[in-house]
Amino acid sequence: MAKALDAQARRGYALIAPPFLYALLILAAPLLTILTYSFLTDGYLEVVRDFTPANYVQVWTDPIVRTVMLRSLMVSALVTLVTVLLAFPVAYYVSFIVRPEKKALWLFLITIPFWTSYLIRVFLWKVILGYNGVINSSLTGLGIIDEPLTFILYNVNSIVITLAHAYAPFAILPIFVALEKIDRSLLEAGRDLGESRAMTFWRVTLPLAMPGVLAAVLIVFIPTIGDYVTPELIGGGKIPMIANLIQVQMLALDNRPLGSALAVTAMAIVALVSIVFLLINRRFLKARS
Amino acid sequence: MTDDRKPMIECRGVHKHYGDYHALRGIDLTIRAGEFFSLLGPSGCGKTTLLRTIAGFEDISDGAILIDQKRMDEVPANKRPTNMVFQSYAIFPHLTVAQNVAFGLRRDPRSKAEKAALVDEALAMVGLRGFGNRAAHALSGGQRQRVALARALILKPKVLLLDEPLSALDRKMREQMQVELIKLQRQVGITFVLVTHDQEEALVMSDRIAVMFDGEIAQLDGPEALYARPANRRVADFIGVMNFLPARILGESDGAVTVEAPGLGVVELPARQVSRANPDDEGPTLGFRPETMTLVGANQTHSQPRETNATIDEVVYYGDMTYYDLRLDGAAGLDGRARPVRISMRNVFGRDVQEVGTRTRLAWSPGSLVLFR
Repeated sequence: MAKALDAQARRGYALIAPPFLYALLILAAPLLTILTYSFLTDGYLEVVRDFTPANYVQVWTDPIVRTVMLRSLMVSALVTLVTVLLAFPVAYYVSFIVRPEKKALWLFLITIPFWTSYLIRVFLWKVILGYNGVINSSLTGLGIIDEPLTFILYNVNSIVITLAHAYAPFAILPIFVALEKIDRSLLEAGRDLGESRAMTFWRVTLPLAMPGVLAAVLIVFIPTIGDYVTPELIGGGKIPMIANLIQVQMLALDNRPLGSALAVTAMAIVALVSIVFLLINRRFLKARS
Repeated sequence: MTDDRKPMIECRGVHKHYGDYHALRGIDLTIRAGEFFSLLGPSGCGKTTLLRTIAGFEDISDGAILIDQKRMDEVPANKRPTNMVFQSYAIFPHLTVAQNVAFGLRRDPRSKAEKAALVDEALAMVGLRGFGNRAAHALSGGQRQRVALARALILKPKVLLLDEPLSALDRKMREQMQVELIKLQRQVGITFVLVTHDQEEALVMSDRIAVMFDGEIAQLDGPEALYARPANRRVADFIGVMNFLPARILGESDGAVTVEAPGLGVVELPARQVSRANPDDEGPTLGFRPETMTLVGANQTHSQPRETNATIDEVVYYGDMTYYDLRLDGAAGLDGRARPVRISMRNVFGRDVQEVGTRTRLAWSPGSLVLFR
C-alpha cells in the first residue's frame, strides 16, 4: 500500500514539476532579488553591493512612509469592508432566492465586468465621478446642486468606490460558495427550535458562511493594499498608497534598495494580517469538516 | 386504543398545490394526544409534505390545520408547539453537542446553570450522557439522531415530528432505535408523528397508521387492522406481502359474499372480510398473507377446515423462515395460467425444508381470506 502510494506520489510530483519550476522562476526568483536588493546600498545610477540594514531603518523611521503605509492599510480595510458588506447580500440573494436553474446565469452576469480591462473600468469611474462627470453634470443640469460635488473624485471616497466595484465578484463568489454549502434543513431546524428568520440568520447562516466571508476579506484585502493604478488615476496622484511610493523610489528616484525595502515591508505587513485571518478562518473551517 | 383522548392535531380538508402538482388532496385526519402516529406511504405520496405543513414549513392551499385546538393558519413555524427531527438530523456543525441541544433555550428565562442541567438531563435521556463537549461533526449517524431527539424534546413540545428519522441508519441500529423511540415516547408522553416509507417500521412503532397514496389517505387504522384487513389492494400490496387470486362472485346475502377462486374452491366470506374499495378495477380478487396458510407433510394431520393440493415451484430459504412459491392444483382454471402463491413457514425444530417439485398439501381457513371487489 505504502509502495503504491509512493508511485502515485511520484507521478504527482512529475506532473506538477513543470508548473512548479515555472512558478519558482517567475515568483520566487524576483522575490529573492527584491529581498537581496533591500539589503544593498544605493549608488548613483547603480546598486552598490554593500550589505546594510539601513534601508529598513529608513523605511521604519520615515514619517511619510508611515503615513502612506497607514493610509494604504486604512483604504484597503475600508474597501474590504465596503466590498464584503455589499457582496454578502448579493451572494445571499443568488444562493437563497434565485431559482437553482438561474444561478449559473447570475454568476455569469456577476463576472461580466471582468470582460473589460481594469484600466478602462477605472477611466469609466472617472467619467462618472469627475468634476464634469455624469453625476455632477446631471445634478447641476437638474438644478439640484449649483457647484459640482468635489468629494467624489480625487480622494479616498472615490478610490473606495472604484475598488469596491472592481473586487465585488471576488467577494461575491467565495461567500456564495459558502452559502451554497449550507444544508437548508439547518435553517429550518433553527426556525423549528423557535428562532425567527433574523435570529436563525444570525445564529446559523452567518457562522456557517464565515469561511466564505473571511476568504472574501483576504481576496479583497491583499490585492487592494498593493493597488497602484486606482490611487494614481482616481486619486489623482494626490493620495498615494504604498505601491505608488514604491514606484517613485524604484523608477522616479532610481533608489532600488529603498524601494525594495518598502516592498518587503509592505509584503510582511500584508502577510501578518493574512495570517491572522487565516487563523480565524481555520477555527470556522474546523467546525465544518 | 382508547379513543377518548383529546385531539392534538386536526387536519380538515387540507390541500396543497405546487403549481400544477396537487400534493395533498383533501386530508382529513385527527391525531390524538399522546399517540404514536405514523404517516406511511411510498415516496411522493405526500406524507412528508403533510408533516411539513403541520410543522409550518409549508403553507396549505386550502383547509385548516389545528394543533391543540388552535388554528395554525397564521402561526409561523417558530411559534408552533411542534418540534421536528429532520431526516438529515440537521445538527448544527459549528456547535458542540451541548450547544446544539441548548439551541432552542435561548429565550428561556431560566439561569445558565438550570439550562445546563436540562441539557445534561436531555442528553442522558437519549443515552448520550457526557457527550456535551463533543464537536457535532465528530458524531456517528446514530449519535446525531440522538442529539436531534434531545434538541427537540428539551423544549417539551406538544408534538414531536419525525421525518424518516431512521432511514439513514443501518439495519441493526434502526431496529434498536425503533425500540428506543417507543420507550422514549411512553416516557415523555408527547404525541409523536412519524413519517416513513418502511411499512415494517410503521407496524412496529405506531399506535395508528395513515397509509397515503397520491396525496390521499388510503386507510387509517391500527397496525393489526391494517395488516389483517387492508382497505384495498394497493394498501394490501404495500403493507407486507399478500397473494392475490382472481375470483368470481357467485352470490351475496346480508353482506356475506360467496366466491369461487381457482385452486381454493368456493368459500363464503362474512362482510368484515370483504373490502369494497378496489380502485384498481381488476375485478374481484381474493387475498391472503403468506403466513396464514400452512404446508402439511404427507403423513401429517392438521386442524384447518380446508385443504388444497399444490406443487412446490420455488424455495427461498431465509434462515428463520422459508418461503415457498406454490402452484395450486386447478389454479390455471380461470385465466389460463397458474400464478404461484407465496407461503411462508417458520423453520421450527424438526420441520424439514421441502424441495422444489414436491407434491404437497396446503391447509387453510376461509377466515384468513380477504375479498377485494
